[in-house]
Amino acid sequence: MDILSLFILVPIISITVLLFTKNLRQARITAMIGSIIQLSMAINLVFSYFKERAVNDSLMVFTKDIVWFAPFNIHYSVGVDGISVALLLLTSIVVLAGVFISWKMFDLPKEFFISLIVLSIGVYGFFISMDLFTMFVFFEIAVIPMYLLIGIWGSGPREFSAMKLTLMLMGASAILLIGILGIYFNSDADGGALTFNILEIAKVNIPIEAQKLFFPLTFVGFAVIGALFPFHTWSPDGHASAPTAVSMLHAGVLMKLGGYGVFRVAMYLLPEGAKEWSWIFIILSVIGVVYGAFSAIKQTDLKYINAYSSVSHLGLVLFALLMLNKTAWNGAIIQSLSHGFMTALFFALIGMIYERTHTRNIAELGGLLKVIPFISTIYVIAGLASLGLPGFSGFVAEMNIFVGAFQNDSLFVRIATILSVTVIVITAVYILRVVGIMLMGPVKNVAYLKLERVTWFEKLGILLLLVPIVGIGVAPLWISNMILESLQPFIQGLL
Amino acid sequence: MNISYIILIPAIPLVVFLLLGIFNQRIKPSVSGYVGVFGLLASALMSIYAAYQYFFVSGNVDGVFQTFSQKTVWMNFTDSLHIDMGILIDPISVMMLIVVSVVSLMVHIYSRGYMKGDDGYTKFFAFLSLFTFSMFGLVLATNLFQIYIFWELVGVSSYLLIGYYYTKTSAIAAAKKAFVVTRFADFGFLIGILIVGYYTGTFDFETLNNPEGSAILNWASSSFMGLSALTWALILIFMGGAGKSAMFPLHIWLPDAMEGPTPVSALIHAATMVVAGIFLVARLFPMYYFVDNGFVLNIVTYVGAFSALFAAIIAITQTDIKRVLAFSTMSQLGYMMLALGVSGYDGHEGVGFMASMFHLFTHAMFKALLFLGAGSVIHAVHSNYLKDMGGLRKYMPITNTTFLIAALAISGVPPFAGFWSKDEILVAAFEQDKLIYFVGVFVAGLTAFYMFRIYFGIFWGKDNTYEHTPKESPLSMTFPLLVLAFLSMTVGFIPFSEFISPNKVGFEAHLNYPLAAVATVVGLIGIALAWVFYKKENSLADKWAIGFGMFYKWTSNKFYFDEIYMFVAKKIFFKRVSEPIAKFDRKYVDGTMVGIGNTTVGTSKKIKGLQSGRVQDYAFAFIAGAVVIGLVFIYFWT
Repeated sequence: MDILSLFILVPIISITVLLFTKNLRQARITAMIGSIIQLSMAINLVFSYFKERAVNDSLMVFTKDIVWFAPFNIHYSVGVDGISVALLLLTSIVVLAGVFISWKMFDLPKEFFISLIVLSIGVYGFFISMDLFTMFVFFEIAVIPMYLLIGIWGSGPREFSAMKLTLMLMGASAILLIGILGIYFNSDADGGALTFNILEIAKVNIPIEAQKLFFPLTFVGFAVIGALFPFHTWSPDGHASAPTAVSMLHAGVLMKLGGYGVFRVAMYLLPEGAKEWSWIFIILSVIGVVYGAFSAIKQTDLKYINAYSSVSHLGLVLFALLMLNKTAWNGAIIQSLSHGFMTALFFALIGMIYERTHTRNIAELGGLLKVIPFISTIYVIAGLASLGLPGFSGFVAEMNIFVGAFQNDSLFVRIATILSVTVIVITAVYILRVVGIMLMGPVKNVAYLKLERVTWFEKLGILLLLVPIVGIGVAPLWISNMILESLQPFIQGLL
Repeated sequence: MNISYIILIPAIPLVVFLLLGIFNQRIKPSVSGYVGVFGLLASALMSIYAAYQYFFVSGNVDGVFQTFSQKTVWMNFTDSLHIDMGILIDPISVMMLIVVSVVSLMVHIYSRGYMKGDDGYTKFFAFLSLFTFSMFGLVLATNLFQIYIFWELVGVSSYLLIGYYYTKTSAIAAAKKAFVVTRFADFGFLIGILIVGYYTGTFDFETLNNPEGSAILNWASSSFMGLSALTWALILIFMGGAGKSAMFPLHIWLPDAMEGPTPVSALIHAATMVVAGIFLVARLFPMYYFVDNGFVLNIVTYVGAFSALFAAIIAITQTDIKRVLAFSTMSQLGYMMLALGVSGYDGHEGVGFMASMFHLFTHAMFKALLFLGAGSVIHAVHSNYLKDMGGLRKYMPITNTTFLIAALAISGVPPFAGFWSKDEILVAAFEQDKLIYFVGVFVAGLTAFYMFRIYFGIFWGKDNTYEHTPKESPLSMTFPLLVLAFLSMTVGFIPFSEFISPNKVGFEAHLNYPLAAVATVVGLIGIALAWVFYKKENSLADKWAIGFGMFYKWTSNKFYFDEIYMFVAKKIFFKRVSEPIAKFDRKYVDGTMVGIGNTTVGTSKKIKGLQSGRVQDYAFAFIAGAVVIGLVFIYFWT
């Protein structure tokens, strides 16, 4: 078995074992062991990748190709570059943290962990696929368990939220499918056979007219899951209803499929289309950045705040991708990682606070620093990371995006860039507002004085997420070099 | 010169911070205080050693102070643009090392007494160390981005320390305000950095500041709205500096920042962090001077002079002694700014630059002393307000004497430190712009007046009766007062111009006797007036206040700037932007999406009646369809 297919196989084995578990204890331990194996595989992959990269300078390494449907030339084709390696690492960390956070999932634990792991299969598969069709299949695998996870284990208007989320993402998938098929049917433009293979399509000169036609479809199809304005509204409701681990996985990982897909498919395969259409998507993404931040100021539910903050942060990812240069792209990928860790951490903390106080309304909370100091302190740290404080990953990402965007000297892009830089101020406002109201101040409710202190599995989950945030923030060079190196061929393809 | 050991100066406080921060719960307060103090003592000794080495042993080669640097790449943007981390040793950074380490050490020692018994004692020392680390990093920065990074870190340390008493609503609001206002200024700073990076291809100070370098020579290569791109960049960078240094109109956070513990006010909001803006302009001084022929320096001058005057006027009417000191700080920072603004570059023309740094240095000593003295008083009477004080000289002799020394120093009375540095500023202003000079002299008078107003108000004035008899603070608090008092008396005699100048070549600066005499006399008049008004309890001051009428009211309300900002933030941004957006999102954006869903459901409801399940309906539809198709067929056939 090759090193990448294991990422699909191990979760399948975990699921098989999970089928035979009888109670919560067995289920969570199985899930934990499976996720720990995944994480060690991801870490191992990083090292193997560096080793392989030293001797192998092809675009993708660890490739494997099996035909699975010959008539349409569909392959199971996998391979990774620095970008996918980084995202695989992100996924495995968030999944493990999610398992720890769901340590007390008393409701149908077996089914819960199975759905969670099915979701992760979709994500892993998506990040390693080099075949558009296979990629699309994995994309759907990732989205569908979401419906069950929110519909069954959610809270509040969960059926509605689950339905809304699934329908909007499915609608996007439909558009995306047209885009992918459009690419497929133009992949013989230079006389070769029709193919879904990304690397082969990239060598083909797809007619400019086709590029212009299919770029917006592909872009929007992916960007909906990346919370592109105005298609972001599934996210606040979905997150608010989802159980903690699902919010973590969804915001932390699933939403990254959007940016990754835009980059890997829309930008890479349809560069002329990207140049043609970028202005309109730049406008939408900058609106998302500023608008999301402003909306977050006025929210009172912690999860809504975080959901709108995600709209703002991920708007920055799309904005950076549209800048079409290496620095901004590097920023976009790092921002994806950074947002993944940060938002997962936020949702984990929100879950812990909710579990203890049974409210997510910041107006009802107050003085938490006094009663649950560990959780509150980490919340402050996560907040500072989120507002782009140096020393945390967000700063590195944002600075790459801003410096990269500034390399573009058209007045339009300049204005867009300056507008998106304003988020460093607006983000500070909504983060510090929450910190001020919820964590500082006098303890509002005497019942809070007896809140349960943080438990060991919660601590583990938090630390897992915090370490990479600080790691990237303090020593960004290694990850940034890994990504930059992989971006080189893409940028050359574009020029 | 070997500078590699200098990295330890910031590294030690960082280690202390991590140690105290991570093991916050497990370290005994008595231990954490010592860890903090001794860590900083090591840093301070190294700073002094570095200064000795630099200024007297190996820094000066053929009359020119050399620049040493050591750096490594921290983050790559493009082939030419990258963020380096490293240390840059030149006269101003070495001077700043002394300022930061000495004041911080004193504040650490002082805090052991002042914060005794506080719940968050260890946390407090952790934050102090974090701040000191960040401040060292800031002054040693080798490039714009590094300074920006540490700039943000000092900002967040300031946030944490202002909000130290986190259960107090006013402290929370003040901390947030300080962070958001300076963040807004940093927005300008960051855009400025981006412009510099794009047009000059580097962030590095040594490259940027080289008068023969391409950055300065090609400043006019591109322009935007009538000014060169680099001019815009420098204006925006100055905006960042003005935010940190509480220049008008970005000053509103500083008075509120007094919500923090008093040692914090002394360290961060008087001596070190707030001078970061001055330091930033000084750090880029060659750029400010050469780009657009010093156009931006005019802005610096006027903003500085106006802030100095504005703050001094407000300081007269404040009743909270810490706020008086805060406005006094703002006013003195204005002095430093204006001195930079009027400075030239070569030889004696650089006196403004030198004077600014000189004043920064002396001010750090006597203002820290004033704050620590005020802290000692507050510690004794448990109030910040003048009305709760009076006659304290009998109870607190050391505090009284040291506070008097500091007050004399800031009032510019010879031979105390402030006299020498203020004189140089006035000389620089006089040679450049008479209007600015007059403003400077007037402010000197106001300074002396408001400073002695609070001095007399605290230590003389009415003989207040106290519930608990106030007593002199413990040695841990008075020792730093004595050290700083000694420094406030002596540092004025340092021949600063031999060490610090824009072009790094020392020059001779002499006392300008007529100007010095004028400034001294004005200062003494201010003191004399304060004597008349406040030495003994009388109603003179109130009468005058009434005489000024509206002007007094406006002044004591700080010209309503807080209210204006609050209005803009709450009524405009929150109410007119944020809230409508949040509603719009739910109602229209989301509404559209939900609407599409509902339309689908609605339509399907309507058409689902077609599937009625009755055979006769289907038969009818079948026959009707067949007839229609038949007719169409026949129509086209014929």
